[in-house]
Amino acid sequence: MARAVTTRRKTINTVAAWAIGLLIFFPILWTILTSFKTEAQAINDPPLFLFFDWTLENYAVVQERSDYMRFLWNSVIIAGGSTILGLIIAVPAAWSMAFVPSKRTKDILMWMLSTKMLPAVGVLYPIYLLFIELGLLDTRIGLTIVLMLINLPIIVWMLYTYFKEIPGEILEAARMDGATLKEEILYILTPMAIPGIASTLLLNVILAWNEAFWTLNLTAAKAAPLTAFIASYSSPEGLFYAKLSAASTMAIAPILILGWFSQKQLVRGLTFGAVK
Amino acid sequence: MATQHSRSAARIMMAPAVILLLGWMLIPLTMTLVFSFKRYLPLRGGDLGWIGFDNYVRFVSSSAFWPSVQTTLIIVGGVLVITIVFGILLSILLDQPMWGQGVVRILVIAPFFVMPTVSALVWKNMFMDPVNGLFAHLWKAFGAQPIEWLSDASLFSIILIVSWQWLPFATLILLTAIQSLDSEQLEAAEMDGAPPLSRFAYITLPHLSRAITIVLLIQTIFLLAIFAEIFVTTSGAFGTRTLTYLIYQRVLESQNVGLGSAGGVYAIILANIVAIFLMRIVGKNLDT
Repeated sequence: MARAVTTRRKTINTVAAWAIGLLIFFPILWTILTSFKTEAQAINDPPLFLFFDWTLENYAVVQERSDYMRFLWNSVIIAGGSTILGLIIAVPAAWSMAFVPSKRTKDILMWMLSTKMLPAVGVLYPIYLLFIELGLLDTRIGLTIVLMLINLPIIVWMLYTYFKEIPGEILEAARMDGATLKEEILYILTPMAIPGIASTLLLNVILAWNEAFWTLNLTAAKAAPLTAFIASYSSPEGLFYAKLSAASTMAIAPILILGWFSQKQLVRGLTFGAVK
Repeated sequence: MATQHSRSAARIMMAPAVILLLGWMLIPLTMTLVFSFKRYLPLRGGDLGWIGFDNYVRFVSSSAFWPSVQTTLIIVGGVLVITIVFGILLSILLDQPMWGQGVVRILVIAPFFVMPTVSALVWKNMFMDPVNGLFAHLWKAFGAQPIEWLSDASLFSIILIVSWQWLPFATLILLTAIQSLDSEQLEAAEMDGAPPLSRFAYITLPHLSRAITIVLLIQTIFLLAIFAEIFVTTSGAFGTRTLTYLIYQRVLESQNVGLGSAGGVYAIILANIVAIFLMRIVGKNLDT
């Protein structure tokens, strides 16, 4: 039985939900708007919403003064690199756990999850020391490895829950039809696994892009990604609202767009499959 | 049917992930444990030998310890209450029929994708600044004295910023759970004359209990470790020094590695207590 909804009630729902939605989104909206203002307009009292002289100047200044592209590139390399590296290591592991489960599979999965619970600050100095010893401090490769390791449990878990959903009967049917192992992997399993792998990739890029403990503590000038670049604006001489807004908008825009595509996967990935 | 051959292949496929995570866990953890029993000051003499449990005793008896525990509890507790209460209300609202549901969902979820340093800086400067912030403008418009948010109401401000970041997460998970609720059950209750509040209390809330527990545990683990939000806004001043931040200061700012490591061990124990409960729930789910 379909639930009858009066137009009146639907209207009230719509108004309430939009009002709250806009309120929650407002800080982001305000940042984007401010990025198109001049510095004087940015701190104008009363605040200016839409009727100001729109300008792109801030974006040019941010790039020119602080070499924004370099930080962006560091973020892309670190987030992308750690994700790809993580997938290369996690796909075979999740694959074997899903398709050739043993008595210990569950214990291994739970143990992997437990490594994710380790508070970073508890191992900050050892990692810092190892980075100095190995010459990895303030390098992109060092940060890529650390971010890969902290997200590896999530990648394995997500892939595992996706692979688990591939029905084993299909494999048996293919085998009966005389498919070789290579054909089985290439033509049957891979196409079925690609959506899961893509979702995992997306979520992991988001998590790595926004990671702000190791990226702040293990980088200085050379390998600093956008998280550290933005943090450098917290010093008093960096207090220009319009430029801060332009830098912020550029730092969050790519991930905001990716994130909107990955809402569903976010739930699965961050609850380790406990809520789907 | 898995053969002996495929079993050993499976072991080889799993090996890299297991070995890497084992190393990532054991090596730093062992080092932290070793340092915590030493007097270790990298800039003032380096490794000065074993001192037993001195660091553990000193960390707990320092005047900064209990305030930091209190701050941690207030921030974690405050954010949990706000995100879960508003998350439930918001997810129920978003589940109702309306126009433009997809767009509203996107608006609500957006803050989760903003990197922590950006949200901390935007809130700190553009909203909470006592001279040029939007809140200051708003207060002045009503003839009130603007508030120095990050010094006079520092804990509240941090809780507000962090709640803004995590409300989308709670809402999204609770919404996913609510959508799996059988609507016929609610309709039947409605027809039997159950008022909205008791429908919520006896049907919706029990259905959500598992999702709420998961949100609670996962957020607790992440919230115990919040760092960038404090680093960027107050740097631990004005009573916002959490346990995580205190350890960070001991290790990297005052370079007292032994003392900081002892603190680190405490933090690890604390996180593990929460983790055990989370793992139980996740583990149960694995069997079904």
